[in-house]
Amino acid sequence: MNISDRVVAIIAEQAMLDPSDVTPDSTLEDLGIDSLGLVESIFAIEEEFDITIPFNANEPNASDFDISSVQAIIDGIHQLVSQKA
Amino acid sequence: MKRVVITGAGTINALGHSVPATLEAMREGRCGIGELEFRDVDRLAIRIGGQVRGFEAEGRFNRQQMSLYDRFTQFTLTAAKEAISQSGLQFHGDLAARTGVVLGTAGGGVSTWDDNYRSVYEDGKNRVHPFVVPKLMNNAAASHVSMDHNLKGPSFTVSTACASSNHAMALAFQMVRSGAAPAMITGGSESMLCFGGVKAWEGLRVMSRDACRPFSANRNGMVQGEGAGIFVFEDYEHARARGAEILCEVAGFAMTSDAADIVMPSKQGASRAMAGALADARIAPDEVGYINAHGTGTAANDKTECAAVADVFGPHADNLMISSTKSMHGHLIGGTGAVELLACIMALRDGVIAPTIGYEEPDPECALDVVPNEAREARVDVALSNAFAFGGLNAVLALRRI
Repeated sequence: MNISDRVVAIIAEQAMLDPSDVTPDSTLEDLGIDSLGLVESIFAIEEEFDITIPFNANEPNASDFDISSVQAIIDGIHQLVSQKA
Repeated sequence: MKRVVITGAGTINALGHSVPATLEAMREGRCGIGELEFRDVDRLAIRIGGQVRGFEAEGRFNRQQMSLYDRFTQFTLTAAKEAISQSGLQFHGDLAARTGVVLGTAGGGVSTWDDNYRSVYEDGKNRVHPFVVPKLMNNAAASHVSMDHNLKGPSFTVSTACASSNHAMALAFQMVRSGAAPAMITGGSESMLCFGGVKAWEGLRVMSRDACRPFSANRNGMVQGEGAGIFVFEDYEHARARGAEILCEVAGFAMTSDAADIVMPSKQGASRAMAGALADARIAPDEVGYINAHGTGTAANDKTECAAVADVFGPHADNLMISSTKSMHGHLIGGTGAVELLACIMALRDGVIAPTIGYEEPDPECALDVVPNEAREARVDVALSNAFAFGGLNAVLALRRI
């Protein structure tokens, strides 16, 4: 699986949806993922890719890591994974 | 129904090792939060906290006691000694038989768990010290206070996360008010500032890396503290008969449950607890001059708490003062309500309102008088102390000047 598919699989599992229902333009809110679900998704992504995502639940928009849509999250992970390499 | 008053107070926390030292720091708006110092702190992303410094267990406690007292018990015993000594009560006969100890703690002996897990998992040892269990149990502190001071009445420990101390003090209040006990030792303590304790909190991603700035628009999370606050609650007539100095009256309390979310606070749950405490104390909302806020410095708590205050007090919300002393001593989790009760005593007895320090930018969602950065002199007749815990468990105490 490529990065995109792995991220979608994690988000789909959190949202209890089929991965095919997680489209790039969906927001986490659309998928029914609340603040606790978001923190859990970020943890799962960090574990999957062995990266650290700069995210503070008190200021979700303050870091460079964009969580406004599934595609934005995938792009952010691409960047963090390439920085790690 | 008996009236209930506070006749003794004791504490140890990041601001001071006694009540006078702590109140002085609160008056001066001093910050007790700094770089954490303990083993493996370099593996943490969050490296600040309100750590108690310069507290040496050696010298205070003997070798046998040291092997039985976790740090949260050491804090409790230190604060209890100060409180009971101030009250002047000596526990013999009927008074000893009926007085008990109700304390709050969320984690109990967290560093004892941490040290011993490290020993068996990381160091591969197959043997632990024989007193690990009596040292880490949540009721260890309450039990040692009862043993040290000959208190043979109802004693137990309450654990409701960040509301533990307020729930404990509410129960102690009920026992004295109902006449079941002439006096109760109450309050709480916490000591989670060790690698495992902070690592667990870090996971939730609600901790600040730089400062606790409650109600400030640029707040970015909570900061943990540690320590204890212990009080002597006493039947007013009993205290008067012996000519005891009275710090303030405990007038009422309420507890509510949000029944909603395991971590997100609820405006309704908080409002019902504040309104309930006023009703229990038969106090009109416009008599309240000061609220010691739960004020954690998280996005979620502060705006919810301010909205709840606006709901309960209506236009009077703009006249009262509300501050969060967590900005100075950090969030003592299960011990926090106890240390924060000191700010209420200072407001009622001394007419000094502890500030919310670290306040930098107004937040329209927290548009109340948060006593920014500098303490203020004001006469206050009634104060509330709020505690809203994870799990949606709320406990609010109402206190009156006497």
